[in-house]
Order: sequence, then C-alpha cells, then structure tokens
Amino acid sequence: MNRRGLIIATGALALSFFVGGSVAYNAQQARRAREIAAARAEALVRSHSPVLGPPNAPVTIVEFFDPSCEACRAFYPPLKQIMGLFPNDVRLVMRYAAFHDGSDAAVKILEAARLQDKFVPVLEALLEFQPEWADHTGPVLEKAWARAKDAGLDIEQAKRDWTRVEIQAALDSDTRDSKSLEVTRTPTFFVNGQPLTDFGPQQLYDMVRREVQKTK
Amino acid sequence: MTNPSILPDQEGRWSFLYLAWLVALVASLSALFIGEVMGQAPCSLCWQQRAFMFPLAILLAIASFRADTTVWRYALPLAALGAAIALFHSLLYAGLIPEGIQPCSQGPSCASAEMTVLGVLPLPYLSLAAFLAIVFALLASKSKAQS
Repeated sequence: MNRRGLIIATGALALSFFVGGSVAYNAQQARRAREIAAARAEALVRSHSPVLGPPNAPVTIVEFFDPSCEACRAFYPPLKQIMGLFPNDVRLVMRYAAFHDGSDAAVKILEAARLQDKFVPVLEALLEFQPEWADHTGPVLEKAWARAKDAGLDIEQAKRDWTRVEIQAALDSDTRDSKSLEVTRTPTFFVNGQPLTDFGPQQLYDMVRREVQKTK
Repeated sequence: MTNPSILPDQEGRWSFLYLAWLVALVASLSALFIGEVMGQAPCSLCWQQRAFMFPLAILLAIASFRADTTVWRYALPLAALGAAIALFHSLLYAGLIPEGIQPCSQGPSCASAEMTVLGVLPLPYLSLAAFLAIVFALLASKSKAQS
C-alpha cells in the first residue's frame, strides 16, 4: 500500500470537502436571504424612515444600521461616495437595528435631530465621534449629546422630543422588521429589495450600478 | 504490554496513526467550517481546544507521512490536555459544574445552547469524543520498541 499517496489523497479530499462545503453553504445562505427578502418585501421600506437622496429615485438602498456599530461607521464614507456617483438615481432608506446595548438611546437622538432637520449633520457627528461615546460597556450619552449639539442640534428641544411616542414607535417598528427580515448583523443592505449577500463596499457599488443601469 | 503477541504489527500501528490524523483533520476542518463559514463565534474554551487540536492535524499528518510511530510522545500530551479541556467544557455544558458569572463583553457563553451544530449536536461532546479517539488511537500506535 502506498501510504504517502493515501496521505496526500486524504488531505486533498478533506480540503476539497471544506472548500466545496463553504461554496455550497454560502450559496444556500444567499438563496435563503433572497427568499426572505422577497417574501417580506413590505418590511423593507416604511414611511416613517429617514430617506437620504431624491425621495423618488428609481434605486433604493435600504440599510439596517446601528449608530454604535463600528462597521456602520466604516461603511458610511463609501456609502456616501456611492450615493454621490448616482446623485439622481439612488436614495438611501435608513432603518434602525439597535443591536448594541443602549443603542436605542443614540437612535432617539437621531430621530430628535430629524424633527429639527438636522439628521445628516448629527448622524455624521455621531459616527465620526463614535469611538468617544459608543463604549463597549454601553454608550456615554452625555458625550453623544455634546457632539450632537456641536453639529447644530438644539438639545433642549431635542430632549423634550426624546420621549415622543412616535420615536419609540418608529424604533419598535424597525426592530420588528429587522426580526422578520432576519437581519442579524449591521450594516445589512438591500438594493431594490434584494439582499447584498456578498458583503463589502465594492459589492454594494456593483449591485447599485447594475440596478441603475436597468433603469436607463 | 506483557503479552507481545497482541501488539499490532508495524502496518497496524501505522493504521492507528493514520486514524488519529483523520480524526484531527476532520475535527480541525469542522471547527474552521463552523467558525469561519457558518459564522458561529467560538467561545473561550473552544479556542483553547482549537489550540490543541490544530497542531495535532499538522503533527500527525507529517508523522503518518513518514510512518513515524514514535510521534505519540509529542502528540499524546496535546491530545490528553485537549481532552481535559473538552471534558471540563462538556461538564459545564451539561450543567454539572456551574459557570461563573461573566461580565458582559464580546464572545458567546461556553454553556449556552448555541454550542451546538445543526441545532442538535453539542460541540463540547463532539470535541471530547474527537480528543479521546485520538488519545486511544495514539496509544494503539505506540511501537513496542519505544514503549
């Protein structure tokens, strides 16, 4: 018996099982994500959500995000770049998935900022200074408020708006939708109802470009 | 080891070495698949078991290739320590020993229901079974001359 040949064949077989299994698993997960998004399309966009870009744009990016999430922070600049490349064709619908402990408080600051038409500057300030206020043991809200104030938020007014029922209702609705769409990590993107199954800024750009081209 | 006639011959000893490697290989690749492909984060005890299982997959591959049946001297301590950690993890998972209260931070609990694959097979038990199988296969691969 050729032992060495057997060893090499065993190693090669094991590796090909691993690679084949990975490819099959990822394909199956992607198929499942597409089926879920197709079956529950109504949960993707709600009228209460903040929209960036032209409201009637033909291509809609839905982002489930969390203001305390580092990956959402890292994804914001490329996302803005993608939006800038298609200024008339793409809108971004932002949904909250406040998975981190205490993130709902930061979400409410954003919603209060929206009432004052300060959503984007406050969002950008919270993301930029995220390392300062989004501690892993829970957010340091005073610091988040201070940064929001620097971004132009009237925080006296915002703190009064903070307890509004609509804000809690919007957050609850987003939480329900993220559950029904099985969003388990942030950011999770959907482009015109299809999930971004291969995660990354380049992949998102490619998907958006394909959808924009379809409309031309 | 008093009766030489029941000792396996060289071919038989090599087969046990090969078997030990197969178990280590399957266990290592499965751990990588569950962690990296299925995205199930390993708990701290899982990491410690990986630290003992991964080198076995390499060490035993080389030993099987070279038909080096003396490798048990190096591999057995690794497998035995891995088995000890897996036993501790299994007892924790079974609830026979209590898990100390951990402060909230990243990383899953070692005793939670997430420590299963396909929703049914508990990973700590699979790990324990793999380490024990390697221990027994290595013991069977011990050559008489060196024991």
